[in-house]
Amino acid sequence: MSVGHDDVVRWVRAFADEVAEHKDFLTELDSAIGDADHGINMNRGMTAVVGKLDGLADADIAATMKTIGMTLVSTVGGAGGPLYGTLFLQFGTSTAGKERLELADWAAMIAAGVDGVRARGKAEPGDKTMLDALSPARDTLTEAAADGSTLGTALAAAASAAEAGMKATIPLVARKGRASYLGERSAGHQDPGATSSWMLMRTAAETLADG
Amino acid sequence: MKKLINDPENVVREALAGVTLAHPDLVRVNIDPHYVVRADAPVQGKVALVSGGGSGHEPMHGGFVGRGMLDAACPGEVFTSPTPDQMEAATKAVDGGAGVVHIVKNYTGDVMNFEMAAELCRSEGTDVESVLVDDDVAVQDSLYTAGRRGVGTTVLMEKIGGAAAEERRPLKEVADICRKVNDNGRSMGMALTSCTVPAAGKPTFELGDDEMEIGIGIHGEPGRERMKVKPVHDIVGLMATPIVEDLPFSSGDRVLAFVNGMGGTPLIELYVVFNELASFLDGRGITISRNLIGSYITSLEMQGCSITLLKLDDELTALWDAPVRTAALRWGV
Repeated sequence: MSVGHDDVVRWVRAFADEVAEHKDFLTELDSAIGDADHGINMNRGMTAVVGKLDGLADADIAATMKTIGMTLVSTVGGAGGPLYGTLFLQFGTSTAGKERLELADWAAMIAAGVDGVRARGKAEPGDKTMLDALSPARDTLTEAAADGSTLGTALAAAASAAEAGMKATIPLVARKGRASYLGERSAGHQDPGATSSWMLMRTAAETLADG
Repeated sequence: MKKLINDPENVVREALAGVTLAHPDLVRVNIDPHYVVRADAPVQGKVALVSGGGSGHEPMHGGFVGRGMLDAACPGEVFTSPTPDQMEAATKAVDGGAGVVHIVKNYTGDVMNFEMAAELCRSEGTDVESVLVDDDVAVQDSLYTAGRRGVGTTVLMEKIGGAAAEERRPLKEVADICRKVNDNGRSMGMALTSCTVPAAGKPTFELGDDEMEIGIGIHGEPGRERMKVKPVHDIVGLMATPIVEDLPFSSGDRVLAFVNGMGGTPLIELYVVFNELASFLDGRGITISRNLIGSYITSLEMQGCSITLLKLDDELTALWDAPVRTAALRWGV
């Protein structure tokens, strides 16, 4: 089982819808410990991405991922722009030349994205950032690939791992980003970046469940 | 939310349109990507200064574009860092062949976006030096935070660095002057009220009628400590003590004292703050040899203020006194 270019586009559209629907929720999370713009910025970026998807019907997966990354870099701003931009740019590099993505490709793609985000943001898991959702998802996909499970099952497990990672950010004290200025006061709040990253993994599981 | 706006989505664009109409003698404005450059850019043979950050801090940075200060400013959405393509376009528009200094306030988003922009500019052969501003003593500088925020010292760096560039000093020297300003400047801010990001529609944090927040940044992010409002005499002590102890500023020092309004505080209160600050510093033997009082680095309509002290020597004093002609700061010309 594997996913092709059309499936990737469906996933990205679903993520854009999810961000649009929960824009206010993401911004509310951000106003507790950041600067109240995460939902607004991600929605602006994903709206711009959706505007480009129609023109990408003939592109391959890697080219589409790179276009998404560059669009996010130039429209999101804040910290989310370079981080989500880098994530998708790395997805593009990792999927170069592939017409379809098998589970092993997904594991490699998410791993490349996580490495890119770590390097750009100089953050580690446990710092209360999007990595806290993405790293467990990567680990789950890597293990699933080794176990020979199906892509659909693996993506569902990865989404659950991302959700657990997101919830685990609640008691954490932020060490990166604007939330870190709050020190101990950042504890008790769910990280907005980890939340949008969970949405990314959840929409992958939902739209690609047949994979 | 009550604001003088049409549509929250269009605030930045419509404000830039206003700037274009108001100051054609000083600046040119480019829309998509958004940037403001001095009217005579690029100035051949002069190091160019490019700064940028989220909107909502006016007059910073667009109001500081002009002779003797910035060559370009990149405004992002309200409280949101501008993007690398904006910064790259602005850098190219002002590059006069002597290199470009990027003035970056230490916020995660600004740092990452400017980092990507500098990579893009260098890959196309433009010499870029990045200078970080991180002067906010309210934030503990440790491995466990994103580091100190860039606040009031940014304004002083843009003025002093701009004067050094105007003297046709080389890139490395202009960047080092900027770093010297950062090394000798310290700030602290406080809020009496929150502020409302137009696109969010409600205040970023809640603050009771009798409360104040000490150690705030410039993005409506909460500070480190909340307490009952006190007389300004006490508030100035709460802010100035950690500033003075941090550098440290000591007896015999000459300083530039910058009392900044956060956007919603009247000038009369800023002068009350300055009066308290002057007696606080006098008590420690510190001389105020230059001052700046007004709302220059703001947080939308927030009530409150910040205090910045910059330790001066003859070089910094001369560069501060040098002529400047921008929408928000203008003397000597």
